[in-house]
Amino acid sequence: MKQFVQLYRSLDQTNSSIKKVQALVNYFDIADEKDALWTIALFSHRRPKRTVNTKVLREWAAELAGIPLWLFEDSYHIVGDLAETISLCLPAPRKQDDKNLCYWIDYVRSLKDLSEEEKKSKITSAWDSLESDARYLLNKFITGGFRVGVSQKTIVKALAKKYGLDEAVVSHKLMGNWSPDTHDLQSLLFDTSMADMDAKPFPFSLAYPLDQEVEDLGSLDSLLFEYKWDGIRGQLIKRNNEWYLWSRGEELITDRFPEFKSVLDINTDNFVLDGEIIIRKDGLIKDFQELQTRIGRKNVSKKKLQDSPAAFIAYDIMEFEGQDIRHLSQDERRKKLAPLITLLPNQQFSLSAEIKTSSWDDIKKLREEARSKKAEGVMIKQRSSPYQTGRKKGHWWKWKLDPYTIDAVMLYAQRGHGRRANLFSDFTFAVWDEGSLIPFAKAYSGLTDAEFKQITQWVNKNTIERFGPVRSVPAFHVFEIAFEGISLSKRHKSGVALRFPRIKRWRHDKQAKEANTLADLKKLL
Amino acid sequence: MELLTNTNHGLYCPQADVYIDPWKRVKKALITHGHSDHARPGHQQYLCHTKSVAILKHRLGKAITVQGVDYNECIRINGVQFSFHPAGHIIGSCQIRVEYKGEVWVITGDYKTQDDGVCTPYEVVQCHTMITECTFGLPVFRWEAQEKVAKNINAWCLENERNGETSLIYAYSLGKAQRVHALLEEGIAQVYTHPTVYKTNEVLLEQHLFDRTSICFDKDHFPKKGGIIIAPVAFSRSNWVKKNRKLQEAMVSGWMQMRGTRRRQGLDQGFVLSDHADWKGLLMAVKESKAERVIATHGYQDVFAKYCTELGLQGETYDTAFEGETVDV
Ligand SMILES: [Zn+2]
Ligand SMILES: [Zn+2]
Repeated sequence: MKQFVQLYRSLDQTNSSIKKVQALVNYFDIADEKDALWTIALFSHRRPKRTVNTKVLREWAAELAGIPLWLFEDSYHIVGDLAETISLCLPAPRKQDDKNLCYWIDYVRSLKDLSEEEKKSKITSAWDSLESDARYLLNKFITGGFRVGVSQKTIVKALAKKYGLDEAVVSHKLMGNWSPDTHDLQSLLFDTSMADMDAKPFPFSLAYPLDQEVEDLGSLDSLLFEYKWDGIRGQLIKRNNEWYLWSRGEELITDRFPEFKSVLDINTDNFVLDGEIIIRKDGLIKDFQELQTRIGRKNVSKKKLQDSPAAFIAYDIMEFEGQDIRHLSQDERRKKLAPLITLLPNQQFSLSAEIKTSSWDDIKKLREEARSKKAEGVMIKQRSSPYQTGRKKGHWWKWKLDPYTIDAVMLYAQRGHGRRANLFSDFTFAVWDEGSLIPFAKAYSGLTDAEFKQITQWVNKNTIERFGPVRSVPAFHVFEIAFEGISLSKRHKSGVALRFPRIKRWRHDKQAKEANTLADLKKLL
Repeated sequence: MELLTNTNHGLYCPQADVYIDPWKRVKKALITHGHSDHARPGHQQYLCHTKSVAILKHRLGKAITVQGVDYNECIRINGVQFSFHPAGHIIGSCQIRVEYKGEVWVITGDYKTQDDGVCTPYEVVQCHTMITECTFGLPVFRWEAQEKVAKNINAWCLENERNGETSLIYAYSLGKAQRVHALLEEGIAQVYTHPTVYKTNEVLLEQHLFDRTSICFDKDHFPKKGGIIIAPVAFSRSNWVKKNRKLQEAMVSGWMQMRGTRRRQGLDQGFVLSDHADWKGLLMAVKESKAERVIATHGYQDVFAKYCTELGLQGETYDTAFEGETVDV
């Protein structure tokens, strides 16, 4: 695995995307074809199926490292990554590795039907023949979550450079349902058989957060405004009278939303839509929470379909009458999209309406009202822009609403990871309810380094009780907590669940008794 | 009454009425070494190893009252016997041994068990109670041999030099900067040092404690192509670094062992080299000291103390009230 380890090191050691592309090209020059294919697969989040559970991995690693399990677990908590913790704790290998990437991938996959004892002996023997970085990589093949700071863009660029292909074409080819078992390098990058291409999604166009005054984006009539829907992004493909639904994470989720099968009800064929999947019942859009109950389910019950029916709010079209129309302007694409949507069953399909506006003040006001429309803000799109591949500046912007905020009391503090391991950086917050404090949110980001140090000193001096890495502290400090959404939840003691809670600021000016109440929080529902 | 106690001014010996590495102003302070989380300004009297005297004056001002002591030399204060022993951390760094009526404590200060070739190597000091630092007190921290790291640093500098790029090495100005400098092979490239490092080197050169020379980096003297710069990490925020495109940046620190910290720093390279003991070093030091009671401080003290307890020792912790994090990693 030496070549792959070398590639990983080069990629991990530079922040320059030019150097990353070059490292990949160098690797593709020397790697054998099967290794190259697996490399592409790994970097586009296609990992071998999990064959060993992480609990036993931790036990074996602790045993091999000659340390008690609790010490391994504490180390894991601080390092924050299991594959890395294992690779660092183990003693140096006694054997030499001269196998290639595919050998180790197949090695991991071959564990599937073995007994636990056999798995243990194979894994520990693998650990004993790989040096630290190679061990880390092997562990990543087992546990998943393999990230080396290589974006899809980088791998696309490298392949385009290596094989003299167009970047947009490569990007398209890498999408969808392929694996090193179904394809070889030739068929993946060069074949154009239609059956294979039918299900292939286009790379999504992504928006930048608005980081300037909205007035500075250009003239009002050069921009298109629509609501930013609070659902999940989806790409709906209808080709040769078959349909496919893709999530932004490139997952085929056709089975999870069977209601969209009605896209086959119309005669028009061969088009690809970009839009938002939401739950809509009796014409009303439901909370994100309700969509969440459907995202993970592969088999949707009849009742679920009835209770939480999904809808697709379309806002773009990339293919029309079998033609890739991404080069057309936003306005021209919309001219094709709008009439098409009117043909589709309106229970499942609708158009993301353009917000008509006559002034900047008007659009600012409409944005403020986004929540009442069950939207998270406003999207702004350049009318003259083609449909972009990935995130490109100057075409699409998301202009989110300011978050909700609430003042809460800190109740528990937990040590952070890595360099922050000496600091308390994860906190649990509570609000008042009839004289007692009810925890409702955990948050870790949002303080400056100086504030982290200050709170750490205070926690050190004021700890009431210790539970492993967690300490309880007296109700004293008040923090303003910001979050994106709130919904009822039976799983939480407070009865509510927040989306993306984080610390906005430390309210030195407030005493604990002045923090908000659970009733205040529930008013935001 | 305990021989030593942890107070809000720092570690205190009531019988002798002195403090060790106190962080608030006191009358008499015994200082393990010159780093700013140990040698704080404002004490009336300082007592440290002779090799640390010039360093302390350089960092805390010429006007301080400081007395230098040699290794193994005994200082008696109100019946308590104090002595300084090599800690192998940086030039002049010491463990402090405290003995009173047959009871012996050792305060390690910062230490490493590896010989770095620049400072006096660590020596085992036996005691009943050991107050040990544990900056890297987790089994994930295991240092490679210094020669191996040196080889990697030199190879990296050489490659940069060949590509016409400047190697910018971030290292703490006292300790790590000299250690890295000494590891660089002569002739790879011209070495520049940031003024903070340069001035520290001058102090050490004067005392014959260090012998490498460099060009002081300033607005008239900087590498135009290639070259090596040794600078404290704050230099990374300077305009010169931000504007210079022909730079390769590396950090030399024990924290570079963790991929997360390596990546968060946004550097091109991380070299794992620390002036603190790694997991094995700490355990060896504890074992060889023959201490029955181990008080962990300055790092992962909860974990380390718990592990010492499992080894059959009396494991305890002192929470540090240092204002900052450890500076010299
Ligand atoms: Zn130090
Ligand atoms: Zn220190």
